[in-house]
Amino acid sequence: MPDQVLFAMEVTLNGLMAGVLYSLVALGFVLIFKASGIFNYAQGVMALFAAATLVGIMDGQVPFSHLINAIFGTDLHHFGWHVPALLAIVLTVGVMIVLAWLVQKLVMRHLVNQEPIILFMATIGLAYFLEGLSDLMWGSSIKTLDVGLPQGINDTIDRVTFDAFGYGFFIDNLDIVAAIIAALLVIALMAFNQYTKEGRALRAVADDHQAALSVGISLNFIWVLVWSLAGFVALVAGMMWGAKSGVQFSLSLIALKALPVLMLGGFTSIPGAIVGGLIIGVGEKLFEFLIGPMVGGATENWFAYVLALLFLVFRPQGLFGEKIIERV
Amino acid sequence: MSQPLTQARSDAAPLAGMDDPLLDVSNIEVIYNHVILVLKGVSLKVPKGGITALLGGNGAGKTTTLKAISALLHSERGEVTKGRVSYRGETVHNSDPADLVRKGVIQVMEGRHCFEHLTVEENLLTGFYTRKASKAEMNADLEKVYSYFPRLKERRKSQAGYTSGGEQQMCAIGRAMMAKPETILLDEPSMGLAPQLVEEIFGIVKELNEREGVTFLLAEQNTNVALRFAHYGYILESGRVVMDGPAAELRENPDVKEFYLGMSDEGRKSFRDVRSYRRRKRWLS
Repeated sequence: MPDQVLFAMEVTLNGLMAGVLYSLVALGFVLIFKASGIFNYAQGVMALFAAATLVGIMDGQVPFSHLINAIFGTDLHHFGWHVPALLAIVLTVGVMIVLAWLVQKLVMRHLVNQEPIILFMATIGLAYFLEGLSDLMWGSSIKTLDVGLPQGINDTIDRVTFDAFGYGFFIDNLDIVAAIIAALLVIALMAFNQYTKEGRALRAVADDHQAALSVGISLNFIWVLVWSLAGFVALVAGMMWGAKSGVQFSLSLIALKALPVLMLGGFTSIPGAIVGGLIIGVGEKLFEFLIGPMVGGATENWFAYVLALLFLVFRPQGLFGEKIIERV
Repeated sequence: MSQPLTQARSDAAPLAGMDDPLLDVSNIEVIYNHVILVLKGVSLKVPKGGITALLGGNGAGKTTTLKAISALLHSERGEVTKGRVSYRGETVHNSDPADLVRKGVIQVMEGRHCFEHLTVEENLLTGFYTRKASKAEMNADLEKVYSYFPRLKERRKSQAGYTSGGEQQMCAIGRAMMAKPETILLDEPSMGLAPQLVEEIFGIVKELNEREGVTFLLAEQNTNVALRFAHYGYILESGRVVMDGPAAELRENPDVKEFYLGMSDEGRKSFRDVRSYRRRKRWLS
């Protein structure tokens, strides 16, 4: 096979892997949007907050240490223990559930039946609040996250492809793990949605709040549930991105990458978020590889947004968005 | 003007439960958004095992009354500011809708409100949400609903949003039945349906009432149909009960005939005449 084709194949594979990470972030948006019609601007910051909490718990950091030290004149920084990764993840999930409950109790519950734009504004406020809370709890320094996920280039793929084509593919181990975890997550979420009583209630709430209330489904419970799920997805996304490029403020900006994914896949479809992510991932890598040289490169920065714009014009509900059922 | 009817009530046979009603709404006032006064002191009683009709034109306050009972007002920024709604002697107007469903009161909302993207069967199953019964019981209840609405069984796998208006109304009533309610608050079941379908739906309501012992409080604009199937009726006008009585008597009442059934001794009147008649009548009373 000619080198160009092989290289394109490698780029495609890498694009798929990057796409999975985009999908993970987009998934968090879809969950909340579907169930409550809220576009959660804070999703990216939630990923940052979750990742920072995870690192903090693993390292045995004292939460709010700066604040405590400033008030009481103490010099606390670390508990002096290290928590194993798995336990830390479980604890972080707990923190995200408490956060979901607080968001519902203190913010969203008071905004029932308000305009979408008001709910959206509330999540912007939430984003800034969480950003500050994350800094206050765990400090604003750049942290490395190591939960024992494999790093580096996968040797097996490199060797096998080299033997077959005389050209070794470079695929990151972390990307492979991320892809597998994302796939499992999506399957679990879809099964939950489709086959459990709570999942059915969740879809019912997504369709019609009032009717859901009338059959005795508690909106409060459902919304805590979706915010918890979104928090969990944010944790997984934060873990993957954090392991790749460190836990720092820029982690919250991955939310921006999720926007074109949502436009493509549709705001209301879980499979859409996945496929949309993959298309954007592969698309931007291949575009950079094939067209990039002709226009002077750096197409990765804008490709996704232009694609999203085209979709907004020609197919606003996205590839998989729920069709608006209109009876005549 | 409700005087003669209220007196006649005592000798009506099917209204034995009136002294000890299942649902008692007493003198409630409802305000939306802290400013809009919708109900100005509505009182009504729903006896166990009866079909009680709540009649009146657009904006009379029928839906608001039902929502005040089922506690759905709160999510629409409405509030019961005076009076009391009690169910089996317990004050309920400030409780949670889910609590009321567990107590046995469920509302079928105006305009069906099926979950469009769920299948018909999934819609029915959402009605089971608050119950802690076994799966076998769930399936048995599902079959029961299908026996009342065979048409739903045919369409069980299609998305509710794509079914016809009549099927959606059946789906909404079936969904409420899955909660095994003692009382169903049925809001405008005839809306947008062909007369034949309206008959069919009311027929099923009557059957549910007689065979399953479900108590109904139904809000209707279609006075004619409602008074044929109900035992007792209340007529609302701009947030007040203006008349009440056994359905059979309401049907014969000249005012009801005049205003709501469009009939009078001199035959059908034009709308203009009715309006002036009505104004005069109000002035006098």
